[in-house]
Formats: sequence, structure tokens, C-alpha cells
Amino acid sequence: MRIGLFATCLGDTLFPDAVKATAILLTRLGHDVVFPPGQTCCGQMHINTGYQREPVPLVRNFADGFGDASIEAVVMPSGSCAGSVRHQHRIVADRYGDATLRAGVDTVAAKTYELSELLVDVLGVTRVGAYFPHRVTYHPTCHSLRMLRVGDKPLRLLRAVEGIDLVELPGADSCCGFGGTFALKNAETSTAMLHDKTDNITATGAEVCTAGDSSCLMHIGGGLSRIRSGTRALHLARILAATRTTPDILTKASV
Amino acid sequence: MSTFLGMPAPPPRSPYGTGNLRGDRAFPRAAHDELGNEQLRRNLGRATGTIRAKRLSVTGELSDWEALRDAGSAIKTDTMNRLPELLEQLERKVTERGGTVHWARDATEANAIVARLVRATGSDEVIKVKSMATQEIGLNEHLESVGITPYETDLAELIVQLADDKPSHILVPAIHRNRDEIRQIFRDHIPGVDPDLDNAPAHLAAAARGYLREKFLTTKVAVSGANFAVAETGTLAVVESEGNGRMCLTLPDTLITVMGIEKVLPRYQDLEVFLQLLPRSSTGERMNPYTSLWTGVTPGDGPQDFHLVLLDNGRTAALADALGRAALNCIRCSACLNVCPVYERTGGHAYGSTYPGPIGAVLTPQLAGMHAAKDDPNSSLPYASSLCGACFDACPVKIDIPSLLVELRHQHTEQTGVTPEKLAMKAAAAVMRRPALYAAAQKASALGRVVAGRDGTISRLPPPLSGWSDSRDTAAPPRETFRSWFSSDEGRATLRAAAAERNSDHNEEDAT
Repeated sequence: MRIGLFATCLGDTLFPDAVKATAILLTRLGHDVVFPPGQTCCGQMHINTGYQREPVPLVRNFADGFGDASIEAVVMPSGSCAGSVRHQHRIVADRYGDATLRAGVDTVAAKTYELSELLVDVLGVTRVGAYFPHRVTYHPTCHSLRMLRVGDKPLRLLRAVEGIDLVELPGADSCCGFGGTFALKNAETSTAMLHDKTDNITATGAEVCTAGDSSCLMHIGGGLSRIRSGTRALHLARILAATRTTPDILTKASV
Repeated sequence: MSTFLGMPAPPPRSPYGTGNLRGDRAFPRAAHDELGNEQLRRNLGRATGTIRAKRLSVTGELSDWEALRDAGSAIKTDTMNRLPELLEQLERKVTERGGTVHWARDATEANAIVARLVRATGSDEVIKVKSMATQEIGLNEHLESVGITPYETDLAELIVQLADDKPSHILVPAIHRNRDEIRQIFRDHIPGVDPDLDNAPAHLAAAARGYLREKFLTTKVAVSGANFAVAETGTLAVVESEGNGRMCLTLPDTLITVMGIEKVLPRYQDLEVFLQLLPRSSTGERMNPYTSLWTGVTPGDGPQDFHLVLLDNGRTAALADALGRAALNCIRCSACLNVCPVYERTGGHAYGSTYPGPIGAVLTPQLAGMHAAKDDPNSSLPYASSLCGACFDACPVKIDIPSLLVELRHQHTEQTGVTPEKLAMKAAAAVMRRPALYAAAQKASALGRVVAGRDGTISRLPPPLSGWSDSRDTAAPPRETFRSWFSSDEGRATLRAAAAERNSDHNEEDAT
């Protein structure tokens, strides 16, 4: 399948390893990964912070970049960006765009998936040939869980990883407290939520906490690092892309 | 002679300075104090955790729970779409049955109407059944200011009133207090209470009962709220757990009910839906212990004088907002508070309003406005959420609270002038719309590596990012972006190798 890869602004700029892992994984599964070079940001940060005029060109840019009919599916290693594309672009297009933009947005939204959705629902695989001999706990990020309803797809993928010791995270479905600019505007409340999350993570004794969103992992990983917990935050894509010959965890970079 | 065609007048908001729809500080500032209260956080964590579990167990046992939610949402939406005609029908039916209907544009008018009605009875005290509407308009404060003493009869409301405190939750007003604190409040404030009173729930309840029983039997006027009003029949409904409400609704000579206009339902049969949705969502019970329904006046039985005050206080303004009006569908069950991670840490006082938590964060700014003054505290409420969406999942009438919060944030930024944040957002969008400029900015961000420590982490950032770095490390930006890796020789070689791995897997499969 010809799959358009959206790196997301955060992934492209700060956490490229999660995006590389996505590209490698899909290529290994026999798919043709294309990267429309004009892509930048989905505009979620703007929309969630209260700005809907400013991201209009970003929404248009996304719809144009991935609108090409030869791209059969669009994937991104981020539940919240997929949620924004599927649910929020339409709102922006209706308010400040035109009928052409709305049509473009609808076309792209209909073929946009977060990584676990693409693998399980579209490509029909749960066993992706990964090998990851580590103790791992999974945090279901809010937008994957509630905006996209990914359900247990990420867990099904993880359970099929060879060598993995998957442990349940207590209070898994509680928000980690990131929430984009919420972490800045309400830093203390965000921190209180983060502390409960990192307490729950360290209680599992996991070496790695994984999730489908680099942004939440940036938050959780930042908290785990500050308390010197020894537990790493690692994107789901990196676990799924790890094999016996390329065990990603041994590289230094986080998320 | 000219005809006045009229200009559409903006519907009134709740008046500034009257009632309890605005705190005196922005949410982050108020939350700061509450977050420092360890006892409060323990009390809240325990209480919300218990209610959450109960709610899930009783909603899970109904096979048609989702259909009930859909029905509740549909009935409320229909109600809002034809609110004027339903309210007129309600007024007609209540009047036909011997009640008197009063229309109050805002909190000030409602307070004046109630005070006038109480004075007309010659009484200088009233008993009250728990009511969010009268909390909202600050009725107790107003009655006291004109020499009328209100007595709250709901146990939790009584605790809050005796302590000169404010409720912290829609349904469990004293959720922020534990038993030891309650014992102390009773010992300090209930006249003649046993000085050896311990903290056993039964003993605390008995102390309150003894005190309240005398009030029930001697007070001639009661003030209530209403959970529902049925337009078709003129019937009012109050649901409660303790029976004190029923005492207020039946014993006094005069009953005054203050009800937000959004509480009306079209048909009697609609109660079937809401009497299932409400208790299961709020207290996690299959049915609340007491459901009281009354229609007008019945000679020789119950209050002989019944008044219904229909309160607007910003509801028409909310109704006029095409997107925000969905918040009026709220049935005040508080399920969203109990699942909200922000509420669980800060409690209700941080929101500064009678309506705290997720629904309060959308309802309060709509009823009272969020630009009534410079740096109006209400403008901080739409941001008091991580947009985790737990509230939407819990809402029995499916109010999409996260989307409403985002909409109110948008309305706020549209109404405020130039701010540093707005400039930054515009600048970011201006860069992000031009891929070449964006790539250059990405390269510049890699310069952030110079501020990283030896371990590759950044532990201190300048304002406004210092709120982040106070509790979280940040990984140093990578040397290379994804896009440059993807088009590099290394990137291409890595992906070729991955494709080859696939081919060799296939060959092995073919061989076996």
C-alpha cells in the first residue's frame, strides 16, 4: 500500500526516532512510505489553545499535501494529531475556510489513521515481527483512547511482540496532565497529575513506559527523568520496529 | 407615525457582582492554594474514586444505557429548540393548578422576588432544600441582608452553611470535608449539641437530624430548587437522598421554587428517561431514595401557597450561542466532576463558581460572561482542562464538553486584543505555513542542544516555559530532523535494508 507519512511537527523536529521507526516498520511490512515534503504541522496546538484563524493555512497545507489520490492512507505516530485531523480540521474549515477546503479536509480525514489503527484495522496485522525483551507498561493517551477509540489495538500489537514482558499500568486511563499548553497555563495542576502518573509507572517496575503520542511521552518522560526513576518513555513505534538485529532500546535518545 | 422595528438586544448575562458565578482569582492562582492542601486532595481522591466505581457498576448493568443517553440528549436538545413555547405551557399549567409563576431576568430580580414573597408571609426565616439555582444567585446572602434567616436542610449544605464555607461539588457540597472536620463544625455551631459527639456517620447524622427536625416543624416558608419541571402537566420534581427535601416540600404553608428555565421537560413521560439517568450518573445508585412530584396546590394537603420563579440569569445568552448552548442540556448530575483529573486535584473552590468541574468551566462563562472586567477570572475557566475527554464519556446526556471548551477558548482569543501569546501563535503559524521557512526554524531549534546538560537533558527553561521545567526535564533537540534523515543517504539505506528484510522473510516463508 502507498502510505503517506505525516511526521507531525513535534516528531519531525524533536522526536525523529519515533517517526523513523514508523517508516522503517511500514517499509519492513512491505509498504511504500511517501513523505510529502510540503508538510509541517496539523495546527492542533493552535486550535486547542483557542486559535482557529491562524491554523487555516496549516489545515489547507495538510489537505493539499496528503490529498493526492495515489496516497491510499495517511499515518502519523500521534493519536492527538490524528484526532485533530479527523475532528478539528472540519471545524476550522467550516468557520474560516470555503467549500473546497471542507471537501479536501473530508477526503483526507477519511483516510487518516494513527499508527495502531493503520496496522490493525487497515493492514490487518498484529504480529509485526518485533523483538523487545524488556518489561514494558503501556499508557493509553487520552486522544487515542477517547477521540479515536483505538481501544486495545496498541495492546494487541504489544502482546504479539516477541520477548516482551507487558505489565498493566494502574490508573492507566487517567490523563498524564500534558494537555498541550495546559502544562504551561496550569503548570501546578499538570504537575500534580504527572506525579500520580509517574508513581503508577514506577510501581510497575517497568523499564519502559510506552504510548502512541510523543507529546504525552515528552511529558511523562520528562517527569520520570526528573525523579531519576530509571524508567524510559519510548514511543510504541520504536518497540514495534525493534528486531533482534536492531534493538532500538539500546540507543540513547528518549521518546 | 413610525414603527419601531427593533434591533436584536443581546440577551442578558448574570449581573456582575451578584450571586456566585465568578471567583475573585483566575483558576491557576486559586488552584495553587487548593493543591497545597494535602487533606483536601486525599478527601477528594477517595470520594471521587468511590463514586466513579459505583457509577460504572450501575450503568454497566443496564443493557440500554447508551440508548438512554441518546434519548436524554435528544429530549434536551428538543427542549432547547423550543424553550419559549414550553415555558409558556408550563406557566399556563402551573397557574391552572393554583400556583403563581414569576419570571426573573437575572439573579437580582430573582432574589428580590423571593424576599418579597417571604416577607408577605410575615416570616423572617425559611427552610431550604438543596438548590443549585439559589446557590447560583446568592439567595442566602441576599435573604440575610434583608433580615431573613435561611436554614439549609440538606446535610452537606448544612455542614457548608454552618462552617461559613462554600460548596465544593454540585452533588456532594461538603466533599472536601472529612468526618473529623464535620464533627468539629457541628460541635462549634449546633446549639446544645453533645460535646462528646464522635465522628461515626450515624451519630453525626443524628445530631443534624435533631437540629433540623425543630426547624421543619416551626418554619412556615420553604425554598426549593427543581430537578425537572414538566410543561405538559405543570408538575415539578425534586430528587434527593435524605428526605429533608420532602419535609421542606410538604410541611410549610408556603413553598417557593426557584428553577433555571432550562430545567423544563416537554412531557411527563420524559421523566422515565431522566429518573434513570440522573441517580445512576450522580450517586451511582439505581434509584434515589426520595422522588417528590407536585403540581400546583392541593387543598388541605401540603403547602397552600406555591410560587415558581423561572430564572434566566444568562441562560438565554447561552441559548443564543449556536455551539455553546449544548451546555444547557446539563442535568447537574456531577458525573463529569467525579471523573475529571483536574477537579480531582483542585476541588471545586478553584473554579470560583457554583458550578465547578468540566461542566462549570463551560457553563459559568456562558451564564456570567468571561469578559465582564479586565482579566475576568471566568476567562481562565475554559483553559482549566487538559482536554482528556473523560467528562464527555461520563456525561449522561452526551454533552461534548471538550469541544465546548475549545470553542470558548476560541471565543476568548477572538475577544481579547493583542497578547504575547497571540503574537507567538501568529508567528508560529506564519512559519509553519511555509515549508522552507519551517525547515530553517527546525535547524535553529537544534541550537537548543547548547543549553542541554552533559546527560543530554535540559532541566531549566526561561519563562513562560519555566512552568514546564519546574517539574519536567526536556531532552535536548536532536541533531537531525526526520525530514533531513528521510532524504539522506543514511535514511534511504536504512529503508532499503528494511524492505530487504521483508523480502528475505518472504523467501523464508516460501521455503518452508
